[in-house]
Amino acid sequence: MENSFLIETRDLVKTYSLGEHAIKALDKVNLKFEKGEFTGLVGPSGSGKTTLLNIIGSLDSPTSGSAVVMGRKVEELSHNQAAALRNHHIGFIFQTFNLLPVYTVFENVEFPLLLLDYSAEERSRMTMAALEWVGLADRAKSKPAQLSGGQSQRVAIARAVVKKPALILADEPTANLDAENSRHILQTMERLNRDLGTTFVFATHDQKVIDYLRRKITLVDGAVFKDEPMEPQRRGGGRK
Amino acid sequence: MIIPKLALRNLLGAGLRTWLNVVVLSFSFVVIIWTQGLYKGMNDQAERASVDAILGGGQYWQGKYDPLDVFSLEDAHAVVPEELRAMIAADRATPILVVQGTLYPKGRIQPVVIKGIDPDQKLLSLPSHFLKTGEDRFPALIGSRMAKNTGLTVGDTVTLRWRDVNGTFDARDVEIVQVMKTTVQSIDQGQVWIPLDKLRTLAGMEDEASLVVVAQGTLERPEAPGWVFRDLDFLLSDVKQLVRMKSAGATILYVVLIMLAMLAIFDTQILSIFRRKKEMGTLMALGFTRGRVIRLFTLEGALHGVLAAIVAALYGIPFLTWYARQGWALPEGIDSYGFAIGEKLFPVYSAGLVIGTTLLVLVITTIVSFLPTRKIAKLKPTEALRGRMS
Repeated sequence: MENSFLIETRDLVKTYSLGEHAIKALDKVNLKFEKGEFTGLVGPSGSGKTTLLNIIGSLDSPTSGSAVVMGRKVEELSHNQAAALRNHHIGFIFQTFNLLPVYTVFENVEFPLLLLDYSAEERSRMTMAALEWVGLADRAKSKPAQLSGGQSQRVAIARAVVKKPALILADEPTANLDAENSRHILQTMERLNRDLGTTFVFATHDQKVIDYLRRKITLVDGAVFKDEPMEPQRRGGGRK
Repeated sequence: MIIPKLALRNLLGAGLRTWLNVVVLSFSFVVIIWTQGLYKGMNDQAERASVDAILGGGQYWQGKYDPLDVFSLEDAHAVVPEELRAMIAADRATPILVVQGTLYPKGRIQPVVIKGIDPDQKLLSLPSHFLKTGEDRFPALIGSRMAKNTGLTVGDTVTLRWRDVNGTFDARDVEIVQVMKTTVQSIDQGQVWIPLDKLRTLAGMEDEASLVVVAQGTLERPEAPGWVFRDLDFLLSDVKQLVRMKSAGATILYVVLIMLAMLAIFDTQILSIFRRKKEMGTLMALGFTRGRVIRLFTLEGALHGVLAAIVAALYGIPFLTWYARQGWALPEGIDSYGFAIGEKLFPVYSAGLVIGTTLLVLVITTIVSFLPTRKIAKLKPTEALRGRMS
């Protein structure tokens, strides 16, 4: 490990070219995340939340600066190395769930394990354990189309946690959910954070999510505007 | 092993879309094999008929004999050499004398080739035994197409004229003793068959022949001075050339069918890429490398071909087997097709045809699956997750 932080960004810059114009999505972002955090990147649309999340998740690379994730410099990773980092250590939760439509709930959750050479028996045990975690063991044979939005997001959470990754990146995980489902989902993630020590980083501007955070990083125009610890207002408990 | 497993899972999970493509592709498999089998059957049938009726196991040609040059016939005859006489005596060969002549059916003039054949020969399927008549008759055999064109029927008498060895014209009335129903075009049209001895006598060409047909399966090929042995490859070259010409039509159909099938697969792959970009992004986020995504989507497309081969085998094998036994009853006017075909055409499906077609379709399916999938290599995970193409 190059440092003791799970994630560290140094002068992180990301620009997109739009025709002749360059749009700066991230502007010299310097952040450090420790293991077990329950942190949110907040800010208005276009503030760079998702871009930062994508770079941390090695789905994208910075224009300049550095993002060190679990000791690996994202900007130096090849496509295959980035894929391996995501495969082994990072779970993703998307706003639109991104479940694979032709697979059952069980197969969707099992999917990351297929890439990790677990035996069929281990896969089955771990998949059912993850589904029980999110309270959907009884829907294992259902197809995504048969689930409600809240249930779909819980399947996505189970898929993200099934391999017990060190880091889960959640991009607007409650944007498509009602208040009741949002609360259920957040409590589930908070419980995972507490019980498994999984680090969660959210990109959100949803107040329901913000209420659960223990650290809030506000981004404005791609730069860190404020980085503050939070006292969770909706108690679910936490590691830190 | 994860890629094949996932590809199959995706393919079967796609349900109706997959089966629609598989059925179209399997139909192409069966129709391609069926049409090619018909042409192979036509080819085999034409070759077999020609061999049985006239070619035998090969022919010795008198040095000047050229069936494509009627002017050569005047000089294309010679005494059968000793080496070939022994084979004739042992019923392993039969001589044929060819003379140019003219037929006068119902007042019209019809140039013909007169061929003398031993009425007792059994080497060829030609019904020469009809020429065994009394000395007072002058029997002649003609083909059905010749009969149709000249209006002659069995029992008719018609004047036949020829030039003898000295170039003198001579003529006799011949009696049509049989109209041959033959599938070999060359003997169906423009030829009059008469007893060999009679032709030799009338043309002043005693003991002579223009060609000697060797029995099928005879391996001996004695050297005969002044005579050239023509094997079946040489003798069947015209038939094969004709088949090749006819096959061109089949090839167009073959290509159209392949193109249709490939279009279905290509279309499916294109649709997959544009409709499943977010899915690809998800796969990448879950740890799939670009190479794995390409392999997965290519295999998915290629598996259409494998499933189609299985489905085609399920209904194609019984259908094609039944068809090969029943044959295709050809319409009556088919002889105007200009090809030696029997009343029924029996398709022939060789292992090469089936395996070759299957491999060809599988290879092309894989290629057309890969081509659109290759675009994925340029796709960034973040753009794929947003459903955009780079």
